[in-house]
Amino acid sequence: MIRTILKCVRQYKRASLETPAFVTMEVILECLIPLTMARLIDGMNGTNMSPILKYGSILIVMALCSLAFGALSARSAATAACGLAKNLRQDMFFKIQDFAFADIDKFSSSSLVTRMTTDVTNVQNAYQMIIRVAVRTPLMLIFSVTMSMLINPEMACIFLAIIPFLGAALIGICLIVFPIFKRIFKKYDAMNNSVQENVAGIRVVKSFVREDFEMKKFSKASGDVCRDFTGAERILALNNPIMMFCIYLSMLLVSWFGARLIISSGGSSLSTGELSSLISYGVQILTSMMMLSMVFVMTSMAAESAARISEVLSHESSLTSPENGVTEVADGSIEFDHVSFRYSSKNPKYALAGINLSIPSGSTIGIMGGTGSSKTTLIQLISRLYDVSEGSVRVGGLDVREYDLESLRNAVAVVLQKNVLFAGTIRENLRWGNKDASDEELVHVCRLAQADEFISQFPQKYDTRIEQGGTNVSGGQKQRLCIARALLKKPKILILDDSTSAVDTKTDSLIRQALKDYLPDTTKIIIAQRVSSVQDADQILVMDGGRIAEQGTHQELMERNGIYREVYDSQTKSKEVE
Amino acid sequence: MEQLRHKKKAGNLLRLLQYLFSHYGKRLTLVAVCIVISASASVVQTVFLQRLIDECITPGLTAGLPAVWDSLVSIILTMIVLYLCGVTASFTYTRIMAGVTQGTLRNLRNDMFDRMETLPIRYFDTHAHGDIMSTYTNDTDAIRQLIGQSLPMITQSFLTVTVMFFMMLYFSIWLTLVVCCFAALMLLVSRKFAGASSKYMMAQQKSLAAEEGFIEEMMEGQKVIKVFCHEEESKKDFCRFNEELFSVGEKAHRYGNSLMPILNNMGNVMYVVLAVTGGLLVYFGAPNLSLTGWDLVSIGIIISFLNMARQLSQTIGQASMQVSLIAMGLAGAGRVFDLIDQVPEEDHGYVTLVNAKRNADGTLSETDHPTGLWAWKHPHQADGTVTYTELKGDIKLEHVDFGYNPDKLVLHDISLYAKPGQKIAFVGSTGAGKTTITNLINRFYDIPDGKIRYDGININKIRKPDLRRSLGVVLQDVNLFTGTVLDNIRYGRLDATDEECIAAAKLANADDFITRLPDGYNTMLTGNGASLSQGQRQLISIARAAVADPPVMILDEATSSIDTRTEALVQAGMDNLMEGRTVFVIAHRLSTVRNSKAIMVLDHGRIIERGDHDSLIAEKGTYYQLYTGAFELE
Repeated sequence: MIRTILKCVRQYKRASLETPAFVTMEVILECLIPLTMARLIDGMNGTNMSPILKYGSILIVMALCSLAFGALSARSAATAACGLAKNLRQDMFFKIQDFAFADIDKFSSSSLVTRMTTDVTNVQNAYQMIIRVAVRTPLMLIFSVTMSMLINPEMACIFLAIIPFLGAALIGICLIVFPIFKRIFKKYDAMNNSVQENVAGIRVVKSFVREDFEMKKFSKASGDVCRDFTGAERILALNNPIMMFCIYLSMLLVSWFGARLIISSGGSSLSTGELSSLISYGVQILTSMMMLSMVFVMTSMAAESAARISEVLSHESSLTSPENGVTEVADGSIEFDHVSFRYSSKNPKYALAGINLSIPSGSTIGIMGGTGSSKTTLIQLISRLYDVSEGSVRVGGLDVREYDLESLRNAVAVVLQKNVLFAGTIRENLRWGNKDASDEELVHVCRLAQADEFISQFPQKYDTRIEQGGTNVSGGQKQRLCIARALLKKPKILILDDSTSAVDTKTDSLIRQALKDYLPDTTKIIIAQRVSSVQDADQILVMDGGRIAEQGTHQELMERNGIYREVYDSQTKSKEVE
Repeated sequence: MEQLRHKKKAGNLLRLLQYLFSHYGKRLTLVAVCIVISASASVVQTVFLQRLIDECITPGLTAGLPAVWDSLVSIILTMIVLYLCGVTASFTYTRIMAGVTQGTLRNLRNDMFDRMETLPIRYFDTHAHGDIMSTYTNDTDAIRQLIGQSLPMITQSFLTVTVMFFMMLYFSIWLTLVVCCFAALMLLVSRKFAGASSKYMMAQQKSLAAEEGFIEEMMEGQKVIKVFCHEEESKKDFCRFNEELFSVGEKAHRYGNSLMPILNNMGNVMYVVLAVTGGLLVYFGAPNLSLTGWDLVSIGIIISFLNMARQLSQTIGQASMQVSLIAMGLAGAGRVFDLIDQVPEEDHGYVTLVNAKRNADGTLSETDHPTGLWAWKHPHQADGTVTYTELKGDIKLEHVDFGYNPDKLVLHDISLYAKPGQKIAFVGSTGAGKTTITNLINRFYDIPDGKIRYDGININKIRKPDLRRSLGVVLQDVNLFTGTVLDNIRYGRLDATDEECIAAAKLANADDFITRLPDGYNTMLTGNGASLSQGQRQLISIARAAVADPPVMILDEATSSIDTRTEALVQAGMDNLMEGRTVFVIAHRLSTVRNSKAIMVLDHGRIIERGDHDSLIAEKGTYYQLYTGAFELE
């Protein structure tokens, strides 16, 4: 996991290595400074200025160097951490672009968004912390201990005795509090979730006059959260007093033994200046311990984010284009040969089972069926958005797995059920179908999709901006734009997956007529809920529970008196006036 | 502008402090005392070393250990007592602050939520839901930092600096002046850096939001990208956003990271300057001015002074790290108080809904137990009498004009009436004003007096909760709450028994699918019923309205396409629910509309056609065109 993340450092390797180097220099200087200060104090006798000036100038030079190294390490740490974040985001994004539908389903889009945003930020902060603070603190610790050993080994033992005690206390607190926080954060999420529900459902709350009910519910939840967090934070709040206790204890011990040592040895084993240096080293040692425990907490929190990121990065796309795949699709004929499909090999339930089907090039196929009858699954196999589990799907007489993926998908245009337009102008959105399309081509496909008329009514016509998610066009308009976008590919097979549900029946039939007149050689597959959308197709399939339940022309299916007839009757009952 | 912002920030701080003290006055006073003790203990440690050297070690070196034994023991003992006080104080106040911080957050959250629940719908229409949520999450989190960490720390730093300042004056005014110059310089530098850092931080936040927006859009549309083989283009776009974020983020972090080393080393330089100045003073035997008067500079004084200066610069360094956190916390507090200060929905209604029983003479009187008969209790202010009107469900709109903004009307001269048990349907395109009419009936939005009457009573006189209790709604977008299916149905009437809820589910045609769920009626629903299909969620929302059993229903049909079989179930459920009630239907499928008593065809806020199905078909107007599919209904 860590290796996967570190692989993304790439061009920021230099900055990542420079930072600890600069930090080391900074630490060395920072440790030498108090030592020089002690010399300066010892040299201060009121009769001679030269030691003061000598050590003073050394100190100034050291401070300037330390400043320079500090600033350099600040710069390179920023570059390294931001750079790593940039590369992580980019690698994930690129990886996701190669994901197949099945992989996207596995991760879900919202979880992918979290991984690319919040998780990356966590790792970025932890990385910066590791290359700066996690280098600085142990160095500081070691250096301070060494220095105090050099001054007086016996006195340094006081610190050595306190370090394990403090370390155990700090890490103990972390270990106790960390799982508690993890547990109660779930409650916290649940509380915020209930706010979210109230904001979204405020009309329901007010309609049923449930304001007081909701307030009581919320106040109970927030009371719970308050109690749990107070408990955990109180344990965490022990950190500070324990820290102070240790600093004070070591100061007292050093003073007590130090003073006696200086006096009894007549200043030969320990000087006054050394005593004050010992005390500042002691403080430094103990604060380093505190910082270390913080690094420990931060990195263990970021570890989960890192795991989620590397899960994406090391995921191999479940569907890849074959090498030297066929790039030419002969015609729009489709064959399903004993096709079975399930979404995951762990799932015992087949979404499609034993499908045999032959669709001649240029024909029109209608597909109907209830929710969960696998209509969408069936057509997604044609452009190889998923791979079959058993059997084979052939387009233009060749197994889809033998085609170059891009060539296949350019020949098979799918207008998805849950379709989206992207932020940008109408023109930009349409050109997704073919980025070199001329304006005449754009107008032509929009006429076929019955979209030209409403586009011309917009003040900025084809340059009208579409908001993110296409919120500023109606559902019917959006569907027609999506159809036009797909037509621009000049596909050999066109699949409309419930793509005219928000379009009125008259426009719907105009679109179908246009497709028939202008794209006679293209195989057209139409999934719909409305009988009127499919009734003049060459062949109609009725799907039920992953199987083809009925198959035939409108006339044949009506005579069969099955599901199709039932749906037809229920939809026309209310319209007998026509 | 700048000044105004500063004023506002100060106002927020004051308000937050008031809020804290009004709830936790006593505890906070104790905390303040503890902070003073703890700060004193940390300052005294500097003096302590000087006393130890001057009073024990120096004389001890010449006189020997036994001579100074007593003073050594007394100094150490004093320090033990002082330090114990310091540690105890620190322990006490961090512990109390944990409780105070979390308690204040709870109070703020409760205040916000309670106020939010009483706000008019207009507030939710004009504020993005994400922004409201962010006050509960990000802003309260920033306040937690502020109260729990920054405020105590800044108070302690401030105290330390003040105490130290006076002690410095006590030692030497000349040297104090040097320290003051450096302190001012340090404040200046940290302000400049904090300013630059927060400028780039803001820029980083902005480009982070832009990149997140892009990522969200692409992840949502990932399948479309695949279908169009558009991967390379989206990679290119992504890299543009990513580079931008990197470049501002790098700058922001550079400034943020540099502050600490810069302040630290300025402290070091100050140390040297002090030492040199002090040394010169001693060398030339210059007279020293201090609070105790003119004197000579001693080496002891300079050493203590140097130690204090070192601690001072460290304290300033630590405090400077809190500056940006404080600014964030105060900005968050500002937004939280904004929400708490919103004006709640006004309600001057005084007519209430009560259980009633019919007396022998046919008049109604109030009872305290449910009778199945409801009446409007209408106290008349003029003569002090009370009249009871039976709740029937008779609704009348007269010449209603309305606009969400006063300068842009969305409803023009709407008049209509619905007798008890009648079904009125609204038909028309998006934005024609269908939903607006129903928003006026349940007073989500208020209009001037007397235009809408319920059982003959001006609805502005009816208390909102009672009015809404008499109206049932099934909204277009279904909102379910986290809880079991049964809880969600019972939302319609909290005292409904399990049997009544199941009966309502049966009426709504929902019983069939619910019993087939893994835990039946006890199946937990989360994320707005994410595990259910659109149609199933609608069925539950119908059952929820059915259990409330109001005389008047407002039904807003869903637009999204559900498969034909489920749609038939939903339709039948709705039909069951409409039985015997006054119903307003906002229709998206004309099949619902046919058996209505009256159909109102709306266009741009006006009723352009009205009548029953047959007469409207005969008219061959807009309704006819809609019906024959020439127009889109969305």
